[in-house]
Amino acid sequence: MKKLRFLATPYLVWMVVFIVVPLLMVAYFAFTDKNGQFTLENVANAGQYTNIFVRSIWLAIIATIVCLIIAYPLAFMLSRMKKHHQGTMLMIVMLPMWMNFLLRTRAWVTLLGNTGVINTLLGFIGLEPIKMLNTEGAVVLGMVYNYLPYMILPLYSVMVKIDQSVLEAADDLGCNYMTKLFRVIVPLSLPGITSGITMVFVPAISTFIISRMLGGGSNLLIGDLIEMQFLGNAYNPQLGAAISLVLMVIILLIMTIMNQFDPDDQVLM
Amino acid sequence: MRIRRYFEAAASLLLTVSILCSCAGGEASDESSESGEGTEEAYEQTLTVEDMEYYTRYKDQGISINVYNWGEYISTGADEGTLNVNAEFTKLTGIQVNYTTYPSNEDLYSKLKNGGASYDVVIPSDYMISKMINEKMIQPIDLDNIPNFKYIMDNFKNPAYDPENLYSVPYTWGTVGIIYNTTQIDVPEEEIDWDILWDETYADQILMFDNPRDAFAIAEIMEGFSLNTEDHDELIIASERLKEQKSVVQAYVMDEIFDKMAAGDAWLAPYYAGDALTILEENEDLAFVVPASGTNLFVDAMCIPVGAKQKEAAEMYINFMCEPDIAFANIDYICYSTPHSAAFEMLDEETQNDPVSYPSDEYLAENTTVFVNLSDEANAQMQTLWTEMKSAQPENSNQWIVPVFLILCVLAMIGILIRRYIKNKKDIF
Repeated sequence: MKKLRFLATPYLVWMVVFIVVPLLMVAYFAFTDKNGQFTLENVANAGQYTNIFVRSIWLAIIATIVCLIIAYPLAFMLSRMKKHHQGTMLMIVMLPMWMNFLLRTRAWVTLLGNTGVINTLLGFIGLEPIKMLNTEGAVVLGMVYNYLPYMILPLYSVMVKIDQSVLEAADDLGCNYMTKLFRVIVPLSLPGITSGITMVFVPAISTFIISRMLGGGSNLLIGDLIEMQFLGNAYNPQLGAAISLVLMVIILLIMTIMNQFDPDDQVLM
Repeated sequence: MRIRRYFEAAASLLLTVSILCSCAGGEASDESSESGEGTEEAYEQTLTVEDMEYYTRYKDQGISINVYNWGEYISTGADEGTLNVNAEFTKLTGIQVNYTTYPSNEDLYSKLKNGGASYDVVIPSDYMISKMINEKMIQPIDLDNIPNFKYIMDNFKNPAYDPENLYSVPYTWGTVGIIYNTTQIDVPEEEIDWDILWDETYADQILMFDNPRDAFAIAEIMEGFSLNTEDHDELIIASERLKEQKSVVQAYVMDEIFDKMAAGDAWLAPYYAGDALTILEENEDLAFVVPASGTNLFVDAMCIPVGAKQKEAAEMYINFMCEPDIAFANIDYICYSTPHSAAFEMLDEETQNDPVSYPSDEYLAENTTVFVNLSDEANAQMQTLWTEMKSAQPENSNQWIVPVFLILCVLAMIGILIRRYIKNKKDIF
């Protein structure tokens, strides 16, 4: 095995050049001004966007919790199905991901709009149109819809390994339904929960296209802010780098906390 | 013997098949060359250029140019009877056109500034052109290579943003006005002014520019400030105006205004005259008005960025865009106003006298302002005010909050890791 280690060299080189170096450059930009002098100004200026940070974290947390609530029972049911049914169901879960991300999100614009499909249907039964598009709710909906598979898949892959006999033993030993859930199933599926949460939370907190399309440009998230600094109106890469640095630290912190719930020292850090 | 006979039969069969094939192939190729001639004839009818030799210089050299333009800003041949301008250019010159689009001047600026891509022709607006000239991002154009520049109307030559006309060739111009849905808004046209975009009766049916320069301009007109003000306090007052508007705005968008207004998703939006006229064709309920209190007059012009790989081919493209037939095809398709004298002559009389597309000279002189480039400080201030307005909460004056938060986060992480390390050690013993 030791001899084969050199096979990993290409990836190591890749990692250094395209992951470590860019991260260092982000840090460099965050702490320098336009002339390359050291400054704390960028990081300090990022402070004026505190409410955007708070909103992003808040919406991402809501989206993650909703995903967990929807995905957990579904993943459990999936894992207890017959093998060939599992394959079909998994394919249905994955199906939306075959379609382009932008298109999927764009579809919601047509569904939720003031004269969109849902409001037209409501109109038929004589209800007033509800404002759904361009709200925070629509942004959360977009996040849940797009990232749900990332929650289902890790949960499923852990739950499918829980032996049926363990559950039967719990029944035999007199566990009621709730005890079985919280003392047996949840602890055994904990690694799936933690990796599912990270896999939904991290993209949800840094998304910009969902908030742009469904939030109508008035529900800015951190992602929008960073995008504006690099590609959009504002053009201030130094400030953009400082904001992404703050975002990275937030994500790192949350991942460290998540790892505390993980019984084995293996997942993600 | 029998085997040999089989072989012969097979061979003769093969031969006949191959002859048939070659005949058919010959016929097919004849046909295609005929149809090729056919299209050439057709295009001779639609398009006449003065100097064929000028355009065929680079034929068969495999050259391609990158053109970066606004969305919906060229005749694409999508509607029947219109020209696909880029395809015509390729047909004429053999130069491939890689055509991409951007939604706002600022996007174009950051794309060029990032240096990620090399473009040969870009079409920014007035104020962005002067900013790019200042920052040496676009290069002088050799007007000797653009004989068709003679068609440009005199009042569009040597404009304020490019006083010696070294860097740009005007493409289109227009004004900003309000597009509204007549089925929902029962106000006589002449009474519509910018303040209707603040009207609470139409809450949630109003769209607004997602671009600080255009949005601030509207607020500045209402406050009676200059559209090019750099005054610190005036900018703050304008941003207060925009904040007041936020509660009635449905969404901040740019190109989406097109879809949303046409689909009836919103009732009111500010927009550029040309695009607005295009939407009017799609939805009969819509109307467009240029408010009497004043507006922004913009000119978009073709420029060549520094670092363009094919400067002469780019100049050829610009010249091609100034061919009377091509300029007319574009203007006819995108509905903006043209600075091109020959193309203007080709328009029908109704359009020539249309007060929206071609307002009177007095109106243009008295009520419209062309943007000029603002100072870096004013731009930065406008940007900050804009983000602050969109994020909807007052500026947090405490500078230390983020650095302190960062340090706390890092400390917390280290603490957690140390605790865990100690715990693991204990477990071992």
